[in-house]
Amino acid sequence: MKARHKRFLFIGAGLAGGALVMVLIYTALESKLFYFMSPTDIVQKQLKPNQAFRLGGMVVKGSLKKVDEGLTVQFTVTDKANNIDVRYTGILPDLFKEGSGIVAEGKINDSGIFVANEVLAKHDEDYMPPDVKKAMKRGEALAQESKQP
Amino acid sequence: MIPELGNFSLILSLMLALTLGIVPLVGAQIGNVQWMNMARTTSVGLFVFIAIAFACLAYSFLNDDFSVTYIAMHSNSHMPVQYKFAGIWGGHEGSLLLWVLFLSVWTVSVTIFSRHLPLDMVARVLSVLGLVAVGFISFMVFTSNPFERVLPGPMDGQDLNPLLQDFGLVIHPPMLYMGYVGFSVAFAFALAALMGGKLDSTWVRWTRPWTTIAWMFLSVGIALGSWWAYYELGWGGWWFWDPVENASFMPWLAGTALIHSLAVTEKRGSFRSWSVLLAILAFSLSLLGTFLVRSGVLTSVHSFAADPERGLFILIFLLIVVGGSLLLYALRASTVFGGGMFHSLSKETAILSGNVLLVVACAVVLMGTLAPILYEAFDKNISVGPPFFNLFFVPLAVTAAILMGIGPVAYWKKADPLAIAKQLRVPLVAAIATAIVIVLFDGEAFNPYVLAGSFAAFWIIYATLLNFVTRISMLSEKGPVKNRMIQIPSSFYGMCFGHIGLAVSIIGITMVSNYQVERDVRMDIGDTLSIHDYTFRFINMEKVSGPNYDADRGYFTVTRGGDAVTVLTPEKRIYRAQRRPMTEAGIYTSIFRDLYVSLGDPLNKKGTSWSVRVYYKPFVVWIWSGSLFMAIAGGFVLSDRRYRVGRKAKKFAVRSLAASTTG
Repeated sequence: MKARHKRFLFIGAGLAGGALVMVLIYTALESKLFYFMSPTDIVQKQLKPNQAFRLGGMVVKGSLKKVDEGLTVQFTVTDKANNIDVRYTGILPDLFKEGSGIVAEGKINDSGIFVANEVLAKHDEDYMPPDVKKAMKRGEALAQESKQP
Repeated sequence: MIPELGNFSLILSLMLALTLGIVPLVGAQIGNVQWMNMARTTSVGLFVFIAIAFACLAYSFLNDDFSVTYIAMHSNSHMPVQYKFAGIWGGHEGSLLLWVLFLSVWTVSVTIFSRHLPLDMVARVLSVLGLVAVGFISFMVFTSNPFERVLPGPMDGQDLNPLLQDFGLVIHPPMLYMGYVGFSVAFAFALAALMGGKLDSTWVRWTRPWTTIAWMFLSVGIALGSWWAYYELGWGGWWFWDPVENASFMPWLAGTALIHSLAVTEKRGSFRSWSVLLAILAFSLSLLGTFLVRSGVLTSVHSFAADPERGLFILIFLLIVVGGSLLLYALRASTVFGGGMFHSLSKETAILSGNVLLVVACAVVLMGTLAPILYEAFDKNISVGPPFFNLFFVPLAVTAAILMGIGPVAYWKKADPLAIAKQLRVPLVAAIATAIVIVLFDGEAFNPYVLAGSFAAFWIIYATLLNFVTRISMLSEKGPVKNRMIQIPSSFYGMCFGHIGLAVSIIGITMVSNYQVERDVRMDIGDTLSIHDYTFRFINMEKVSGPNYDADRGYFTVTRGGDAVTVLTPEKRIYRAQRRPMTEAGIYTSIFRDLYVSLGDPLNKKGTSWSVRVYYKPFVVWIWSGSLFMAIAGGFVLSDRRYRVGRKAKKFAVRSLAASTTG
């Protein structure tokens, strides 16, 4: 029966190894993933201090301005219900445009400004990231609700 | 008229694909020779009508027929002619047509090169390919027809996305698709073998060359995509763990495991069911990739526009194909078990462990890519990026590298650990020494990643070279080295080039990731910037025009120690049709470093002050050169006399069959 035992051992080790890998992957995911938040999410949900996450929304027209002589800019991101200021040092991607959707990765500093270390230009053919589209819809719905008496 | 012709051809090809998918398959089950014989002719017919459809679309593109919706969205009368042609696959519908064209090319190739296969096997293989074609062509006809008309047509088209108006579009998708689609052949052979209940050395001998060719195309295709992103996007990045990139990487990982598994099955007869499973896995991942790109479930810079109807169609197709094939495997795998036994320390185990690593890597990428979709079900919106993937890939790569040193010197069936240790002593010490020298040489802070990466790469290189030298010296009776080299089977050279290719890529990746320098600065005309011993000087700005764009072009001289190195001319273009901006970087490439300048935005009205991104990228070309090595490796494997298919192979087949059953 030795060969049979060996085979069971083999399969057992394989399954155990597979389970271990799954657990490792899951743990790594939980610690390394980025949450996506709209401006409303930031207001409504509790954020761990100093946690990096992704912000999505629409850039408010006319809000883009330079902060210093260097390459730091500031603009406002909205989802029609809430706004947040974003500061970024560096060259903005070609697809960045006021009135268009953006996704940025970074943290909120002590003054409540979102400091982005990356502004992402990941859009599909229609130039509006699906996450941002959803966030905008939710924001609009929220804004409608608050308008009704 | 022509678009209508294309549409009819497409529909006809669907009919032929249906016939191909059903008739020969049933014929093989019931033993009807006439029905089985239909496979070959129907395949040729399928190819002819797909080719006609493709030609019609090409003709319409080249003649600016904007009454076709797809062309109106992706072309423009002022666009250079090569992009009008490459624009065929610049969008969703057209790229599907390219996919199906390549599928029919592979199918026809199998038809031509299968004269010596038993008829029932040929019939089954071609039928499976036909069924895959049915899926894709019906997807096109019902949801994504490239021949849809808009009447009256617009005066001019919306222009192809500026990012795509580049040489990269002409070569990257075709190479990639040849690879993706090529795995369907291995898949078809696997299913045919399961259905027929025969998985002998004939099967392996036939599957191996097709899989190797597909793998070569995919390796080059992925590298081309990475290189294209690097110089085109203006960000200097070469891999983003973007879902679409991952979608091409997963089949490659499975495909690499498959070619190794097939090598073992061919030589030793073992790993048969593993090979079949990997063949199913590789193609399933290709299909999954197609789903991810076109369904809109994931945000990606590459993904085509979202459409739930399309997503649902592909998902169902995917479930049928993958579910069906795995079911077939579960039911019939017992008929294909078998093969030689081997000791727990042997070449077989080394290759098996390598396969396990590749599959684990594949699982990591799959989980990371699908996680956002899964978390969405729990109403959590997340994204997974480089930190997650890098966490796994560094240890995986180092472990794989260690195996690549041990495997080739281990004996089949039962390895001698002392012999292995003896042979690998010198490479081990040399690799450690080299790694330490590299880490210290750069004068920067100690970097464990550089140590690990350098060790891994040089371990592979030294161990492989020593292996080669040992083999040469063992053939001393054959005379001069040149003669001896020819005596060694070419698949050995394949192994050397493949593994060294990976080592080269590892060096490139390690150096660039750890030692690259990126500076985003404001530069006025006359300003200089220094990185290491290179000085960049902003000389001038100029307005230039292209056929369908206007641009601001910057001139930067690069000097090193007073000697002129190059002049870089990055551009910021605006494409007239849709007023879309695009950055064209200025890059100087050499073996040991790339110098890269890209323009940001003008910071004053006169345009004499700009935000500029300057990069110093050490060893970056090594990343893609590695894949060239791998392609050469594939060429060596294909040319191995022992694996030639055809009449000559019958002699070898009998000999090796005898060897594998007794060995």
